[in-house]
Amino acid sequence: MAATIRITRDFDVAEECVQDAFARALATWSVQGIPTSPGAWLTTVARRRAIDIGRRRDVAVRSQHYLVIDDTVADPETPDGEFEDDRLRLIFTCCHPSLATDTQVALALRMLCGLSTAEVAKAFLVKESAMAARLTRAKKKIALARIPYRVPERSELRGRIDAVLLVIHLLFTTGHTSPLGENLSQVDLVERALDLARMVHGLLPDDAEGTGLLALILLTDSRRGTRVNPEGEFLKLADQDRSQWHLESIDEGLALVGESIRRGRPGRFTLMAAIAAVHSSASHWDETDWAEIVGLYDLLLVAWPSPVVALNRAVALSFAQGPSAGLSALDALSTDPQLSTYPYLAAARGDCLERLERFAEARSAFEEAAMLTENLVERDFLRSRIAQLK
Amino acid sequence: MMVRGSLGTSLKGAVMAEYLVLIYSNEASWATTDEAFSAKIMDGHNKFGEKHGAALRGGNALEPTMSSTSVRSNGSGEFVTTDGPFAETKEALGGYYVVEADDLDAAIAIAKDIPAPFGGVEVRPIRNMS
Repeated sequence: MAATIRITRDFDVAEECVQDAFARALATWSVQGIPTSPGAWLTTVARRRAIDIGRRRDVAVRSQHYLVIDDTVADPETPDGEFEDDRLRLIFTCCHPSLATDTQVALALRMLCGLSTAEVAKAFLVKESAMAARLTRAKKKIALARIPYRVPERSELRGRIDAVLLVIHLLFTTGHTSPLGENLSQVDLVERALDLARMVHGLLPDDAEGTGLLALILLTDSRRGTRVNPEGEFLKLADQDRSQWHLESIDEGLALVGESIRRGRPGRFTLMAAIAAVHSSASHWDETDWAEIVGLYDLLLVAWPSPVVALNRAVALSFAQGPSAGLSALDALSTDPQLSTYPYLAAARGDCLERLERFAEARSAFEEAAMLTENLVERDFLRSRIAQLK
Repeated sequence: MMVRGSLGTSLKGAVMAEYLVLIYSNEASWATTDEAFSAKIMDGHNKFGEKHGAALRGGNALEPTMSSTSVRSNGSGEFVTTDGPFAETKEALGGYYVVEADDLDAAIAIAKDIPAPFGGVEVRPIRNMS
């Protein structure tokens, strides 16, 4: 997608080209078999289509609505590394300060990461129609105002980095647990987020939050292989086989968290990475330092006042101080409009109620959560918990 | 890749864009200033003109909004004129520049050099009607 936009200079046309390439892939691959490098095949086809369209385009129209491409950069159709650069350029275009912050993130998720409008809407807890309208306006503004397609100058980078980190984080969380669908996670999104986090860290290695975000992704993703059992069923953190956690990612993540914390007052990504690090450092669920985790969530709530953070803090509290403390903290969040359709609030209540042996209430909470989640693996997990309550 | 090369380079010269940079400021604050302050701001505009002369396509200061008259059609061929600007806001349009730039970043970089002590500027792409 990023490589195609460079040619079309137009988000909508690039999307069409990419969709077209997928359609051709279905037709061609079913006859000739899947090529050795399907990703490169798709990119080549999409870009060729873009060049065709470019040839036929009317020059007068062209002068106005195209993305501004910095011609001083190298030809992108050489090695793979160049495509990575295109991804960085695209993320900085989407995260331009002349777009509203929420719009920047939404646009990047849609354009850079190929999330559907429905998935982006889900990530923002808003309606799909509202998200579609927001994305259309944003694409129009990029074209009309000529927001350029390039990585900003070093002097501007610092002011532009926060929005980019936010996007990478949302991309990661969306991939880590898909808002929709049959699989718990989307590995390609997770890996794209990890790649982007590495690229941004490489661009600004002394940025504490960039370092923190890379650490957060590494530490969380180190558990990738243990989040479902061989039957594809969801496993809670408590039930995961910690000996199977990816040690290299953990070591790298822990080193980065330490580095980021030493840079001074930690920001939200560094704090989240620190929380993940506490889990990574416990060799068994029972050894988890929950008091430390609650303390970190308290700091996180200050750095990032969000109902989702408050929800996670309440869950940690239920392990640090017991399920009734957790339950009161969760009940305090029950009127938050942002959480009204958020399945994890009901799921967390169900968990506390079950531990308090209030089984009838636990059942209805799990049922509510199962109704709200659109991820099938999570839904099955919730159903199995309901079955176990009997 | 000749095709993209020509797409990129042949367009390069033709795709400069024009932006209207609208200078908004609080008129009430201006009223409290003295001549020395006005002279300083004027000097700022002169320096801006020298620095960005190559990109400037026009620009002017406007008389205060009290001198403005708004004219609206009532939809049946008649016009209603009212005293004052189209929209009453604390920060009013006080002047403008037309600048030519490669892209929004370049236009914003130019706009940052415009003196706007009691407000700020809005950078708006000019629609190309040709």
